[in-house]
Amino acid sequence: MSRLNIVLALVLMGCALAVIQAQHRSRTYFVELERLKKEARSLDEQWGQLQLEQSTWANPARVDMLARTQLGLVAPPQERVHVETLVGTP
Amino acid sequence: MNYHSRKLLKLNLAPWRMVAVGGLLLGGLVLVASRAFYLQGLNTDYLQGKGDAVANRNLTLPAHRGQVSDRYGQLLAISTPVESLWARPAELKLTTAQHAHLANVLGMSTPELSKKLARKTRGEFNVQRPVTPEQAVKIAAMGMPGLYLRREFRRYYPAGEVAAHVVGFTNVDDLGQEGVERAYQDWLAGREGERQIMRDRRGNTIRDLTPIKTAQMGGNLALALDLKIQYLAHRELAAAISAHKAKGGSVVVLDAKTGEILALANQPNFNPNNRRNYQPGPMRNRAVIDTFEPGSTIKPFVAAAVLERGLFHPDSVLDTPETWRVGNKLVRDEHPHPQMTVTEIIQKSSNVGAVRMAMTLTPQQFWDVLDRAGFGQMPGSGFPGETAGRLRDARTWRPVEQATMAYGYGLSVSLLQLTRAYMAFANDGEVMPLSFLRREPQEIIGERVFSPSVAREVRTMMEAVTQEGGTGTRTRVPGYRVAGKTGTAHKLVDGHYAPDRYLSSFVGMAPASNPRLIIGVAIDEPSDGVYYGGSVAGPVFAQVMAASLRQLGLPPDAPETATRMTLNGPPVVARADGRL
Repeated sequence: MSRLNIVLALVLMGCALAVIQAQHRSRTYFVELERLKKEARSLDEQWGQLQLEQSTWANPARVDMLARTQLGLVAPPQERVHVETLVGTP
Repeated sequence: MNYHSRKLLKLNLAPWRMVAVGGLLLGGLVLVASRAFYLQGLNTDYLQGKGDAVANRNLTLPAHRGQVSDRYGQLLAISTPVESLWARPAELKLTTAQHAHLANVLGMSTPELSKKLARKTRGEFNVQRPVTPEQAVKIAAMGMPGLYLRREFRRYYPAGEVAAHVVGFTNVDDLGQEGVERAYQDWLAGREGERQIMRDRRGNTIRDLTPIKTAQMGGNLALALDLKIQYLAHRELAAAISAHKAKGGSVVVLDAKTGEILALANQPNFNPNNRRNYQPGPMRNRAVIDTFEPGSTIKPFVAAAVLERGLFHPDSVLDTPETWRVGNKLVRDEHPHPQMTVTEIIQKSSNVGAVRMAMTLTPQQFWDVLDRAGFGQMPGSGFPGETAGRLRDARTWRPVEQATMAYGYGLSVSLLQLTRAYMAFANDGEVMPLSFLRREPQEIIGERVFSPSVAREVRTMMEAVTQEGGTGTRTRVPGYRVAGKTGTAHKLVDGHYAPDRYLSSFVGMAPASNPRLIIGVAIDEPSDGVYYGGSVAGPVFAQVMAASLRQLGLPPDAPETATRMTLNGPPVVARADGRL
């Protein structure tokens, strides 16, 4: 009888240690999860800012102005537009 | 064994000493117990609160407002976090050096900053809203007591004034004030979430105490707008307004097949990114909110009404003297021709001809056509402040009014409404419901206004407007067939028609063989001497239409001009892979 008690006591000790271990792991993972969530959020914000930046650069008004002034582009005059009609297409 | 009986163990103590010691011990116990009771029983909430305050935190989970983009995903509005600088006056202590540095970082003079910080408010107030990311880094590095940065979302409009009237804007509290921002406030707005957490000594989150209320991010919105066409409309309109010294103007571009609003521009306009100088005038979306008397642009509906009842054919000939009397009103043509066909009446915009046609109808029949075309009714775009215009009940019409209505006086419309009504001619008699949002063609059901044959006949008449002898020769688009109608209306000022103030308009569609786009242009009070709709609004139409058709890559339907271009153009050789 007393031998069984000793075994049970040891098992109990083991379980207690496992609980501690599990609890610790859960906390570590939770902290990690929080960190990654925060990172995801900040990446999301960065993505938004980059989108904003991109659309500011690609603003038609700006592209139009740069094309005309810096690159010296013009819309093609009508007589230089060549219209191809492919046979078999509607 | 009896200890008391032993002489050696007998204590010779006075009995009060035992009582005193016993009393002291008991008193101590009572003291401790009552303190414990006080702390644990009476004061527990307060102490529990203190304990939780150390370890527990309530976090609000920020939710940002949804993005607005055009039909191809080009951004029109986006919320992005920015820092703003706040001050708590009670804790504010700055050394002179810090003060000078802060003023330098914020780009203001030292006295200016002192004035800002000297505000006597309880709690806190904002010093600078927002600060740039670079400024935020510098301020955070200084670590001044009483000053701190707060992160909040700010709305940006990358397209700026180009799409200002359609997109609208939000106020500082992120509530939509105008345009789509207001119309779709509930969809765009995010809802903040909340979570309660427990923290350890190092500030790490250990566990959640209550279930997380997740933040609901605002929904994104894809508008029907095509930013490229929108930009073209904006640019051409602005150029025309300044060239003709006009008071204002609007352009509406509709997809004739789906009723989507591809572009909508107004002048004067405003920059939604700059919230400092708010003025109600430029912010008004004239194309949707303002009404005007349409003038001659109403005439195609008169023609459709008489064709529909079989009263005339496109080639029926009418006598059109220079003046025509209805009641006590003398209707006059500025460029008279003694006889005209119905097509010529539309082509040359004859008032007498239109009146003679309209007078063959009963008021109720005429009203019925205008009503079906959507005049006097909400255009149904869902835009805030949308107007129904004005179309009076046919029973109240006098003959004079029926006559003036035939050339567009006595009723009022918004440009959006007028352009929408032209969809009946462009889309073989069917008007599609308007939409500011992108949608799939199969999900919409149109409303039949005219029979397909009537719509096509009127469209052919309107094509004559842009041909030799018509009022709209400056609305031609090389390579494409264009149909449309000019309008020049005297403006009603203080109850009288001003002889020198006009509203010039043009509504047209292309390619006329199977219209894809309808463009309406209205220019308010051009004042450089030119005021005919075909000369003021027409060129704007032609420019926007030409560029939009090219943008959409629609095949030209006017073969004779295409051939000419082929002969004059230098050879364009396609590579084997099909690219130029």
